[in-house]
Amino acid sequence: MILGAALAQNVAFYILAVAMALAAIGVVRSQNIVHAALYLVVVLAGAAAQYILVAAEFVAWVQVLIYIGAIVILFLFGIMLTRAPMRSTESLDNSQRISAAVVSLFLFGVIAALLIDAYGDKEIKLKDNLVALGNSNNVGSAIFRDYLVPFEIVSMLLLAALVGAVVIARRD
Amino acid sequence: MLSNAWIIPAIPAVSFFLVLFFGKRMPGRGAEIGIAAVGASFVLSVVAVIQWIDRVENATGQHEGLRALGRGIFAAAGHGEVAVQPVTSSITWWQNGLVKFTVGTRVDGLVVMMLFVVTLISLLVHVYSVAYMREEVRFTHYYAMLSLFTASMLLLVVADNTLLLLVGWEGVGLCSFALIGHFWEDQPNSNAALKAFFTTRTGDIGLMIGIIMMFFASGTFSISGTNAYALSRGADHSLLLIGAICLFIGIIGKSGQFPLHTWLPDAMAGPTPVSALIHAATMVVAGVFLGARLYPVFFKGFSIGSGSINFMALIGGITIVIGAVLAFVQRDIKKVLAYSTISQIGYMVMALGVGAWTAAVFHLFTHAFFKALLFLGAGSVSFSGSHHSFDMKSDMGGLRKPMPITFWTFIIGALALAGIFPFAGFWSKDEILVTAGASGFDAFMIVGLVGAFLTAAYMTRCIYLTFFGEYRGHGHPHESEPLITVPLVVLACFSVVAGLINAAPLGIEKFKEWVEPTVSFPALVHPDFDYAKALISLTVAALGIGIGAYYWFQREERRPLGGLTERNALARAGYTFLERKYYLDVLYENIIVAGIKAPIAGAAYWFDQHIVDKIVNSVGAGARRLGTFVYDTVDQKVVDGAVNQIAEVTGESGGLLRYIQSGRVQRYALLLFAAIGLLSLALLIANI
Amino acid sequence: MGLNQYLILSAFLFCTGVYGVLARKNAVLVLMSVELMLNAVNINLVAFSAFKGTVSGQVFALFVTTIAAAEVGVGLAIVLLIYRNEHTSDLDEVDELKG
Repeated sequence: MILGAALAQNVAFYILAVAMALAAIGVVRSQNIVHAALYLVVVLAGAAAQYILVAAEFVAWVQVLIYIGAIVILFLFGIMLTRAPMRSTESLDNSQRISAAVVSLFLFGVIAALLIDAYGDKEIKLKDNLVALGNSNNVGSAIFRDYLVPFEIVSMLLLAALVGAVVIARRD
Repeated sequence: MLSNAWIIPAIPAVSFFLVLFFGKRMPGRGAEIGIAAVGASFVLSVVAVIQWIDRVENATGQHEGLRALGRGIFAAAGHGEVAVQPVTSSITWWQNGLVKFTVGTRVDGLVVMMLFVVTLISLLVHVYSVAYMREEVRFTHYYAMLSLFTASMLLLVVADNTLLLLVGWEGVGLCSFALIGHFWEDQPNSNAALKAFFTTRTGDIGLMIGIIMMFFASGTFSISGTNAYALSRGADHSLLLIGAICLFIGIIGKSGQFPLHTWLPDAMAGPTPVSALIHAATMVVAGVFLGARLYPVFFKGFSIGSGSINFMALIGGITIVIGAVLAFVQRDIKKVLAYSTISQIGYMVMALGVGAWTAAVFHLFTHAFFKALLFLGAGSVSFSGSHHSFDMKSDMGGLRKPMPITFWTFIIGALALAGIFPFAGFWSKDEILVTAGASGFDAFMIVGLVGAFLTAAYMTRCIYLTFFGEYRGHGHPHESEPLITVPLVVLACFSVVAGLINAAPLGIEKFKEWVEPTVSFPALVHPDFDYAKALISLTVAALGIGIGAYYWFQREERRPLGGLTERNALARAGYTFLERKYYLDVLYENIIVAGIKAPIAGAAYWFDQHIVDKIVNSVGAGARRLGTFVYDTVDQKVVDGAVNQIAEVTGESGGLLRYIQSGRVQRYALLLFAAIGLLSLALLIANI
Repeated sequence: MGLNQYLILSAFLFCTGVYGVLARKNAVLVLMSVELMLNAVNINLVAFSAFKGTVSGQVFALFVTTIAAAEVGVGLAIVLLIYRNEHTSDLDEVDELKG
């Protein structure tokens, strides 16, 4: 069963990974800005699915809630408010896309080489305690026990961001 | 006083400064300081003389004190030869290892005699000048220089080493220059002063070389030491000979011997009292004094005792004759006396050369008196008789009536000079001739007799032209004032009696006893008084006077040889030869001096124009070119270029770097990520 | 499941985000690419948390998410402001600091 479970997980992973990869490429290559936002949604959803695969359910649902539910909406509002070109003839890429491609490919190559060299033989063991690790109970306990101070600081940060955004963007 | 003899030159030296600084403000314009100082020196010199005589008499076992003086004068001649040491006192001025430089005095009979003569005549000249120079310019400076001269001469006399003597020698040379050129507003006067200075300078070269040679020969500068060395057995004869020759060259220059006598007649351009003091009685005899002081050097160097003709006697003899001959063709009374001085000093030098030391010094002693007398008399004549002119032929004549004192004193002086008994010159000149004959120098004796003849003759001419005949001048002749005539009288008295101090036929040889050195002195020949020779010299002198009187005292028209130079070409040539002073001046000035000066001047001018100027110009041009080069190349191209290049590089690199700051954030980000990638790659490679 | 699968995936997403940040003209698209990058990091963190068996990776991922939200809010506010002043959201036009 384990082998089967492992196999199923691998297949699921790969399907999700391919989808995410293609969608990511779509985000950065699409010439329609709204399409890019929608591709982003695909990537974010795929990420949430990946979290579920490793039994990090709380993180997955937070991801869906915040990222897809709020951030993408923000993006769409931003697209609307800045009158981003919906259907324009000019491209959405700037002049340095070739060098950018080179740099990012180069960077990918380096990181990949590093990772393969470092973690080539490591495995994620899917055990039962992973579920208990990633459920809300455990994560919440960890936050409010071990990581309370960072939690409070992040809430301050959110407050500051909120106020700051309002101040920056308001009309006088 | 003998051991403190340095005071005697010190007083006039102090008076020099006093006259110079305070003389102008004083009522007598400085004359009183000068007279007082020289008077004091004279008194001290008399004291020194008495002390020395006392010393000699005591040493020879005679009586002491003033009684010695009185007894000594009348005591019989011919005591035993006892060595009387000269009195020396000195201080070390500077010592450098073995070489010691001292300043000090060495007083013996010769020195006290000179002290007496110099201070007496200087005093008389000081008094005389009060009247004579009253109307002239720079009265105070004149007296200052007289004081300085007296101080220098006295220093020369008392010096105990040749270096100090040289100091005094140069001092008198300087004062001679200053006093001859006293009326320097007229160019000929300053020319004469320069000529005197340069001619004596030429001699001084020899003197200095001689002094140094004697120092290296004897190891000391002191006179005692040098004399002792010269007489010692181990003395190097050739060194002594050359040293003596060099010293003698100095004597030739200073004492106006042939061939360096040309300056003395021209020196008559100075005031007459100066001529009396310096160029008759004192400075010109400094050479003879040197010869007498360092006599052992000359005696041994020239081998005087051997009876062969030597350089010294030869020069002296030649000088006697040429001086006397030239005195015949002079119009100027002072020039006659100048040539007479040359001739008389020739006598002294010749006497030294034949070994007649005492005779030479004695003649120096007597000559000082009558020559100073003659010069002061000539001054008196010009002052009161010929309206300040010295030209006998055109401005004088018949002055014996209006100026009796001057006339009679002049006569006395002339008779003394001619060597007539019993005047001073007779005894001294006679002794020279006798000693010359007795030492085997017959030729020089004859020369001396010829000189005596000529002396008598030209003095007769001079006296006739001045005091006899018709008055040819433009002034109103009258007798001079007492300030002028009293010194004349004093000197006349001395001219009469001075000779008697060594009147050998009368058995008086005081001069010889008191003056002749007994220490470090060669044994000389002292012939007895020879009546025959005395008579011959007297006859010769009288003959000279007689023939001269016969020739000149006649009326002009009846002169047998009158007008000879117009009629006879040979006579005219001879006269011209004499008038041009044997063309010696032409030789010295136009040939030797100009011949040296012209090429040297030309060479120096060429050097200056072509080499020095070229160097200066090329340095200037080079500096300018260097400046231009530095400006163009270094400054413009290199320095400015560097600066400009830096600016350009900065600008251009800025221009290039500007593109990095595109303002576009994504460009920055690209670079950032590229850098990260590269760094990571590096770390990766390093750690794999 | 190999750890590297997640890690390589995360690396790919990250580098795609880098490309987007560098190559996109519109400011909002750049912000989207930044979101891509942050998500890639999150995947990485969660993968390691599963590998190690600790929960701190997931907690960190939560914080990252929160901060990403804040960042997007402020970022978009700024983009709005730029749009209001320059009337463009083209990042190439915002080059006031050009040298």
